[in-house]
Amino acid sequence: MIGVPGSACRCRRRADTAGRESGLKALRFDKLGAIIAALALGGAFIAPFATFRANRIVAGEAKTIIEALPLNWSTGLLLVVLAAAAVAAFRSPVPLRLVAFAALAGLAFAIGVAAGFLTPAGNSYARISPASGFWVMLFAFGLLAADALTRLRPAPFVRIAVLVAVLAFVGILLLSGSWDGLSLLKEYASRVDTFWAEARKHVTLALGSLVAATIVGIPLGILCHRVTQLRDGLLGVLNAIQTIPSIALFGILIAPLGWIAANIPGAATIGIRGIGVAPAFVALFLYSLLPVVANTVVGLAGVPRDANDAARGIGMTDWQRLVGIEFPLAFPVILTGIRIVLVQNIGLATIAALIGGGGFGVFVFQGVGQTAMDLVLLGAVPTVVLAFAAAIVLDAVIEMAKPNNRQAEAR
Amino acid sequence: MMPKLPVFLRLAAFALLIAFLLQPQWFEPLLRPLVQDNAPVIYNQGSLLQLTLLHLRTVAMATVAATVVAIALAILVTRASGAEFLPLSRSLVNIGQTFPPVAVLALAVPIFGFGEKPTLIALFLYGLLPIFENALTGLTTLPPSVMEAARGAGMTGGQRLVKVELPLAMPVILAGIRLSIVISLATATIGSTVAAKTLGEVIIAGLQSNNLAFVVQGGLIVAALAVLLHDGLQAAERKLVARMGR
Repeated sequence: MIGVPGSACRCRRRADTAGRESGLKALRFDKLGAIIAALALGGAFIAPFATFRANRIVAGEAKTIIEALPLNWSTGLLLVVLAAAAVAAFRSPVPLRLVAFAALAGLAFAIGVAAGFLTPAGNSYARISPASGFWVMLFAFGLLAADALTRLRPAPFVRIAVLVAVLAFVGILLLSGSWDGLSLLKEYASRVDTFWAEARKHVTLALGSLVAATIVGIPLGILCHRVTQLRDGLLGVLNAIQTIPSIALFGILIAPLGWIAANIPGAATIGIRGIGVAPAFVALFLYSLLPVVANTVVGLAGVPRDANDAARGIGMTDWQRLVGIEFPLAFPVILTGIRIVLVQNIGLATIAALIGGGGFGVFVFQGVGQTAMDLVLLGAVPTVVLAFAAAIVLDAVIEMAKPNNRQAEAR
Repeated sequence: MMPKLPVFLRLAAFALLIAFLLQPQWFEPLLRPLVQDNAPVIYNQGSLLQLTLLHLRTVAMATVAATVVAIALAILVTRASGAEFLPLSRSLVNIGQTFPPVAVLALAVPIFGFGEKPTLIALFLYGLLPIFENALTGLTTLPPSVMEAARGAGMTGGQRLVKVELPLAMPVILAGIRLSIVISLATATIGSTVAAKTLGEVIIAGLQSNNLAFVVQGGLIVAALAVLLHDGLQAAERKLVARMGR
């Protein structure tokens, strides 16, 4: 099929699938799908769907789907789960497998309904949280959705659109209040102000240090590319920094920044302090430098010699060559470095909480300290969502940056 | 990526590390300026040597488990019978690496309780990814001509795997294991926030009592372990690869 023009190729493939579907082979098992279906059915019929606790601290009482939902909801959810599991288990056309999203949406609605249904009227102490069955089904259908999307190979902007749609759906559920009965949202409700303050700090830390590392790292990378003697030494130092465990690096920076704040006039007034945001910011910045510098060096080294020669041949200056030829060609590789840094920083910023730097880590470590799972989730879920969204968006951007590059190389 | 330290520097670093672990009080004058007057200079709530050994044991256990599982999975998805899993497993590795280690660790606590177990789980899950990713790369980028020749020589699937594919993919797989160990060494320190006995305990004690000497000694031991293990493993890999005749 390789080399057949797009439209003809698509027709033939469609004819192929049609032929297969009408034949006896139509009901063949899909191995991965069968595992997903088994997981989902186990989650639906064996594991509990939600946990009921009389208050925040006592042990929970497990409730199955039937017990946790009003009859029409439980029947509806089970039917959706069965249908999605059937689609998964057998070889079905890939677009049909996107039914996983319907199952995920059903789960999202149902857990909110369960919270309302299980909470006794007027009781504000009762806590309802999703139980293992819910998480197993979420995982199973998440896998199915990811698999279907992987097989469809959507264009970069489609992936971003899917991400935006999913986030919008979750946002609407959150705003509409249908999850308000859940334990996690109750933790949120009692911390609305701190939550958004910590969220702002988290994003500022992760993005701010990335911006600083990009501003410093790209010129450093260009310098390393041009001055070979500098390269090994600088990359060696940056590599060594990576081996220092994050909590130690955050801690070690407390001392020099404290000294600066105490001894350099004006430093304290612009927010430099021994503990808090400053050491966290500097630590994240130091961790971020290696991927940015190293990828800039690799990207520039990968610029084809012909392109450089041609540029020199038409009389471009060094600077014009850098801006007009080398940098655009190296850009996708540099972006890959930035993607690594951003995802890594969003995760590492949670550690900042240990040195008073704030961020979502505050809830994670408070929750760990109080063995309050919901509080841990309040910090962990937004962190994971942020990191995940950042990875999808930047992967898409990198892919969009690449084809131009390939065309340029082909020319 | 990491430039090789000259041998004597590496030996000196190793000797210093051993000396520090066995006789930390020798180094007291060096760390003294980092603390306030009456504060202890050397970690005094446990033996540094014992914590280092426990730290290494945790990392070793998690890495061995991660290696076995990751290579088994990579072999599975690169066989014809497991080909259906290949695209998904690639995207799962990508997704998994976006999970922050702190989140994995904190979420393991409610299920496995405090102590070493959640740390082991987090290190295992986190360590799986680089090994699996590299094993996949190694097993899917074998030169087609070699595979063709092995098939032509009448080797069965199992023989091809053991005698051709795995040996050829070994350097990439070993690099993945090395990366996984270096990441785990640093991540294990976070395990001490959930009461695992690792060197993180020293760092956290330092953060809590505002004792910079504790933070520095905990951090430097882990960094030294990471650099030395990284270099040592790299040297061992080179020897192994050379012996296999590549």
